[in-house]
Amino acid sequence: MSTHSTRSAARLMVSPSVILLFIWMIVPLAMTAYFSFRFYRLLSPERTGWVGFNNYTWFLNSPDFWVAITNTLLLVGGVLIITVVLGVLIALLIDQPIWGQGPLRILVISPFFVMPPVAASIWENLFMHPQNGLLAAVSRGFGTDPILYLETYPMVSIIFIVSWEWLPFATLILLTALQSMSSEQLEAAEMDGASALARLRYLILPHLGRAITVVILIQTIFLLGIFGEIFTTTQGGPGNSSTTLPYMIYKQALIAKDIGRAAAGGIIAVILANIVAIFLMRGIGKHLDT
Amino acid sequence: MARAVSTQRKIAYTAAAWAVGLTIFFPVFWTILTSFKTEADAVASPPVFLAADWTLQNYADVWSRSDYPRFFWNSVVISIGSTILGLAIAIPAAWSMAFVPGKRTKDLLMWMLSTKMMPAVGVLIPMYLIFLWTGLFDTRTGLILALMLMNLPIIVWMLYTYFKEIPAEILEAARMDGASLRNEIIYVLTPMAIPGIASTMLLNIILAWNEAFWTITLTTVDAAPLSAFIASFSAPQGLFYAKLSAASTMAIAPILIMGWFSQKQLVRGLTFGAVK
Repeated sequence: MSTHSTRSAARLMVSPSVILLFIWMIVPLAMTAYFSFRFYRLLSPERTGWVGFNNYTWFLNSPDFWVAITNTLLLVGGVLIITVVLGVLIALLIDQPIWGQGPLRILVISPFFVMPPVAASIWENLFMHPQNGLLAAVSRGFGTDPILYLETYPMVSIIFIVSWEWLPFATLILLTALQSMSSEQLEAAEMDGASALARLRYLILPHLGRAITVVILIQTIFLLGIFGEIFTTTQGGPGNSSTTLPYMIYKQALIAKDIGRAAAGGIIAVILANIVAIFLMRGIGKHLDT
Repeated sequence: MARAVSTQRKIAYTAAAWAVGLTIFFPVFWTILTSFKTEADAVASPPVFLAADWTLQNYADVWSRSDYPRFFWNSVVISIGSTILGLAIAIPAAWSMAFVPGKRTKDLLMWMLSTKMMPAVGVLIPMYLIFLWTGLFDTRTGLILALMLMNLPIIVWMLYTYFKEIPAEILEAARMDGASLRNEIIYVLTPMAIPGIASTMLLNIILAWNEAFWTITLTTVDAAPLSAFIASFSAPQGLFYAKLSAASTMAIAPILIMGWFSQKQLVRGLTFGAVK
């Protein structure tokens, strides 16, 4: 049993973290909310004033907005599906009795440690470049014209690059979960005549449920904020075809220097992220034991 | 769940698994390979896999002709600085939440996790302005602060999951033997907590090193780390592939090596202890 003094000491030790995180959350958010109702352009500082919901109306009616929302959802959804499905398959494969499992794990996890701008730049230049890229050389080898990946299919290319970065993460977590599974249960099922598919469906996938939930939660947090890859490769283009919500807000704020409109976009992004978060936290809350 | 299988099946599984692994790793391998080629070989078509004249010239060029050492040094200072500052603030918090949990501890932890849900763009504008006003813009101090706050929830969570595994009975025994709170922390808790603290530190250095939102938006020249430098290394004109590969290899090598050592802890750290 803790005494009164240890408990107040404990509170004292928690408070710096809590206070800092609270400030980090509340102060900028309050400022964003304030700016979102103001006329505030860094290039015309003499003009100020309240504009009501004008910034929001502009943002929601901008032709870029729905493109950005669609692209953001495509990116998050696409990468989640690719990484979870392939992650389960690859984890199952690596978990089989094989030689060199240790070194193989290291190979598979490596892309995760490549910083996003480097990953994007490698793919853009060394692989997807229409003249000098390796994929162009492969196309030429087959006698076909090189594909302008990032120009013709910008979102598909970005989803591919981001999936390459996150597949190792999903695989590693699913593999860790698989390895904690008891082999007796599987052997018993096998002896009782359960087919490989039945074992996957009724034993392995339910066991992986928690790990899959975790993968989805963590990846969604990071994927909603994907920025470096787009900044490095397409800059949101061609046109607005690969602009996501974070990139659109970035453009408004730091390139157009329109603080008011960018702030309105920021608030919209926060609201959308919270809607996603509520669903995720409800799902994950049951799984996390604290 | 290793089970006995025939050698034939083991060979088949091994071949398939390694084929997948090598495919996933190939872009990294190709980058490293290209970094040792001459610029002419780097863009040769058909591609040269085992070019004749390997060279270290690209590394020498990148290191001496650009501001590369400064970007590299900025990355080192920012990632290590933000991690140490974060640990200093998070260790007491995680300690007290693990050993003196109150009614609200679980809510507090979930709230901390939820701050990670806040999209960074939502607070980009105020951060940008506050940094401009306070002179923190494009300084290493500013980035250390920003990245520390960004990763603080992960640091607290990770430490918490490690500390919770330290049996409380040992602390109680020490207390019964008359150890003061200070001695309890120094002689009992710290030795048992060091592996957890070390893994947390490693993972957070990795996360901070690879961060590419605040480093791009809150710096221009002086404090820009490698992530910002590589991101603006665009407009591929002329022969620069081998140099880009050398710059990239140097940017990822330290983290790749640290990552290989910490991959087991990584799972636990990034899943907030939910998968071990």
